[in-house]
Amino acid sequence: MTKVENNKAWWLVMPVFLIVAFSAIIPLMTVVNYSVQDIFDPYTRYFVGTEWFKQVMLDERLHDALIRQFIFSFTILLIEIPLGIMVALMMPTKGKGASLALILVAIPLLIPWNVVGTIWQIFGRADIGLFGAMMAKLGINYNYASEPMHAWLTVVLMDVWHWTPLVALLCYSGLRAIPEVYYQAARIDKASRWAVFRYIQLPKLTNVLIIGVLLRFMDSFMIYTEPFVLTGGGPGTSTTFLSQSLVQQAIGQFDLGPAAAFSLVYFLIILLVCWVFYTTIMHMQKDK
Amino acid sequence: MSNSSSMNTQRSSEQTIAEGSYSSQAPQAPVVSLAERKARHAMWRGRIGMTVYLILLLMPIYWLLNMSFKTNTEILSGLSFFPENFTLENYAKIFGDPTWYMGYVNSIIYVSMNMVISLLVALPAAYAFSRYKFVGDKHMFFWLLSNRMAPPAVFLLPFFQLYSSVGLFDTHIAVALAHCLFNVPLAVWILEGFMSGVPREIDETAYIDGYSFPKFFVKIFLPLIRSGIGVTAFFCFMFSWVELLLARTLTSVDAKPIGAIMTRTVSASGMDWGLLAAAGVLTIVPGILVIYFVRNHVAKGFALGRV
Repeated sequence: MTKVENNKAWWLVMPVFLIVAFSAIIPLMTVVNYSVQDIFDPYTRYFVGTEWFKQVMLDERLHDALIRQFIFSFTILLIEIPLGIMVALMMPTKGKGASLALILVAIPLLIPWNVVGTIWQIFGRADIGLFGAMMAKLGINYNYASEPMHAWLTVVLMDVWHWTPLVALLCYSGLRAIPEVYYQAARIDKASRWAVFRYIQLPKLTNVLIIGVLLRFMDSFMIYTEPFVLTGGGPGTSTTFLSQSLVQQAIGQFDLGPAAAFSLVYFLIILLVCWVFYTTIMHMQKDK
Repeated sequence: MSNSSSMNTQRSSEQTIAEGSYSSQAPQAPVVSLAERKARHAMWRGRIGMTVYLILLLMPIYWLLNMSFKTNTEILSGLSFFPENFTLENYAKIFGDPTWYMGYVNSIIYVSMNMVISLLVALPAAYAFSRYKFVGDKHMFFWLLSNRMAPPAVFLLPFFQLYSSVGLFDTHIAVALAHCLFNVPLAVWILEGFMSGVPREIDETAYIDGYSFPKFFVKIFLPLIRSGIGVTAFFCFMFSWVELLLARTLTSVDAKPIGAIMTRTVSASGMDWGLLAAAGVLTIVPGILVIYFVRNHVAKGFALGRV
């Protein structure tokens, strides 16, 4: 659609700008402020330059948390994207069944994140939870509170359970936008199921899949509440992701300087990855 | 816009498919019935697969529901798919105690406030982004989106200090404003998608007919994107309702969300599993109600209006 050049449109954007600036720019400036100062109390503070940044960059614990974070994000993307597409292909398209399936699939998305943690905390316990008990029946001494591997498995499983519906619903809405004539043409050509998927459905899904990957990457990169409730980051630090190590540092130890420097680095990583995605989307839209 | 490329893909796909079918020169009638049978098989596979997925999806929730109707002694004494001594005691405890049920009221208040604020500011902005070019529009859009990407953990402490210093700590509006950080950008994004689907000619005709901008916007434009507004409200509800980290940090007593109150079930005498489960079940109910209302539009909304 052609757009009209009109700088008065700024007036319409102004309220959004003000409200987001209030809750984004002011706090961000506070963070920047902390990241270059050593603060003893509200009246004694020294400018320390990039010292906190150096400290953060060399901090082993943060390196580990960052690596864990990337492994986690890629694992869940690898599972959730294909699984989400599969579920979307299976979802009924017509009648009462379609609405019902839509509502049921969307339920996990609307559960508060701490309750998601609680659900899996209960579900994974061998004494009172079905999943834990089933694992025990299979002869596995399943305990997410003491075995790092089991803790990982539970956290990944929880995230897959929680967020595959988002990918599935995105793909479902992408599939609904394909005109029926495409399928009719494929039927006349006696296209195989795979050919229909590869040459008709998948190209139409590209747009929503990019949104899906972007949202899932961002949100999994910021994950805090669910693992916090489920494992508390443990056993040891095996499921401590970036957000949690940041909160530990800022609130737990009250190391404001390093925590602020860490925040900025963290934010920049997310921003960088998302900028790559955003430009890709924009380029793809331009190509069309 | 997407026609040329998709046409190409389509054409190439048709070629490939056509080539494939030439090689298998089978008689006409049996092939059709075979294809039909294949389609029926695929449909059944889909149904069975979907049922299995839904069972796996709902099982953890069912387990929570099941537990909420049990007493703690029954929960700890062994696993069962149905409560033996069905009890509503856990729910009675929540509805009989203001410190419990006010948690739900608080959550609903700040979520509603956030929905209203997000929609009010996002509607005009989304219109501007979908209709006009202006200095810095692309940068502004990316900057807005970048706030959706900001990890709440980064803003935890500054938010606490900011809201304390302006005297908003422990109020509903503080949480509502804090949640605007990620909900407003999302609302602008979704609404812009829906608005771009409305042809420009409608705007122009209305202006020629003598409508002023506010009158046109409210009387003609908003009704056209009704479903978009509903879906946006749904997403604002969703992300504000499920967030706990900021909500917990910005409140202490008066505006404490239910998620923070739930931690009370841990006590010296051990976990009160039944009560925890009941509280958890009650946090799921509002979400189901809300999605029921937007079920017919939500499929489009999930692609953020951009299918």
